[in-house]
Amino acid sequence: MGKLLVKEKTIVTPGEELAEGMDFLPAEGTFRDKDKIISSGLGLVNINGRIIKTIPVAGRYAPKKGDTVIAKVTNILMSGWILDIDSAYSAVLSVKEAKDFIRRDADLTKYYSIGDYIVTDIVMVTSQRLVDASMKGPGMRKLIGGRIINVNCHKVPRIIGKKGSMVSMIKQATDCSITVGQNGVVWINGSPENEIIVVKTIRKIEQEAHISGLTDRIKIFLEKETNKKINIEKVE
Amino acid sequence: MSYTKRNDGRKFDETRPIEAKAGIIKRADGSAYFKMGKTVAYAAVYGPREIHPKFLQNPKNGKLRCFYNMMPFSSMGDRVRPGANRRAKEIAMVTEKALLPVVDLTEFPNSVVDVFIELPQTDAGTRCAGICAASMALADAGISMNGMVAAVSIGRVDDKLVVDLDYSEESYEDGTVADIPIAVVSRTGEISLLQMDGELSRDDLKKALEMAKKSCSKIDKIQKDALKKKYEVKNE
Repeated sequence: MGKLLVKEKTIVTPGEELAEGMDFLPAEGTFRDKDKIISSGLGLVNINGRIIKTIPVAGRYAPKKGDTVIAKVTNILMSGWILDIDSAYSAVLSVKEAKDFIRRDADLTKYYSIGDYIVTDIVMVTSQRLVDASMKGPGMRKLIGGRIINVNCHKVPRIIGKKGSMVSMIKQATDCSITVGQNGVVWINGSPENEIIVVKTIRKIEQEAHISGLTDRIKIFLEKETNKKINIEKVE
Repeated sequence: MSYTKRNDGRKFDETRPIEAKAGIIKRADGSAYFKMGKTVAYAAVYGPREIHPKFLQNPKNGKLRCFYNMMPFSSMGDRVRPGANRRAKEIAMVTEKALLPVVDLTEFPNSVVDVFIELPQTDAGTRCAGICAASMALADAGISMNGMVAAVSIGRVDDKLVVDLDYSEESYEDGTVADIPIAVVSRTGEISLLQMDGELSRDDLKKALEMAKKSCSKIDKIQKDALKKKYEVKNE
């Protein structure tokens, strides 16, 4: 029988031994060296039965098929737009994948111009990391007004919360509309004072995401900032 | 004549006091500070990001690019002329090669990870301090690594083998001096940097390598503790 060398949810550094014995299996963020399982990055240990993985706490966004991201238009081509998705690679949005039908000789800046932010889906990532985006589907749109902040993309699940509980709590407390992209770009739109509260809250979540009891702390923080009582439904 | 006592009163196998911190440069994707006695190194990691000029792209693997810079006011005598010189380029190259065995950039083809090492204050052993800082900064940036690298210089001052030479020992005048910077991949004990200045017998070199491994395992612990400290749970 193998032996675990670390506890769940502890921070491990690259090269740290996590477990001993062949009955454990390495998953993401880990690899096997002879009979040992070793961490390959800075992250939190997650043990699920025999499977050991580490959840990264840092690193840039790696585009994945099916992700909804917030992208910035950086260039315009004959056949579409180049998007900055805050990653090592830029994405391409083809004219065909735009929201509505665009004629061949149309002026593309009329639709999305350089510097615009859009909510878009990633539909394909090739082995050479050529990324295709699409605006087809619900919720895909150009963002007008509001403000954009960048957060660590690994904290996005914490900002959204279980079934969106965290983000809906912030929305409820501040009356802002918030869109969180999987790439860690967040769009906030509301009254200026409330927007600042949202930014503060998100920064707090980002910093304390790995410490347990996050939701309660954020609730107290929001109540203090907005002087409002917040009632949250428990998510099973 | 022999070197019976070290200039600063250290033991022969003792490094200078070490101080390490992770995540100190806010705008960088990963960063670290590594201080060894009076030698101070900062490392900042940016990326993975797009590589320019584009002909440097490698479609099979990401690239690691290192830069080494001594600040104009860093040394004890004359002003160091700014900009890359022959020495800086060589050290940047050996740093890159010392780190390459541990970093895994296969997930980021066509991209680059830039490592900038800056030295605001120097007292010998800069490339070792630089490698230690760079290794921490890479881990802090969330880059996939199969271990960490620690480096130390071992030298012979007159007839004694000593760990971590400072400038006064490097320029010892009453006898010959040999200086060997060594970088060790901490998990496996592999040597990823081995340079030598001066002359050394075969037996002494063997002893020096053993001493380096011992010191590097101590440095490794300091590096890992510094990385974990960044994510420590603060009791409020």
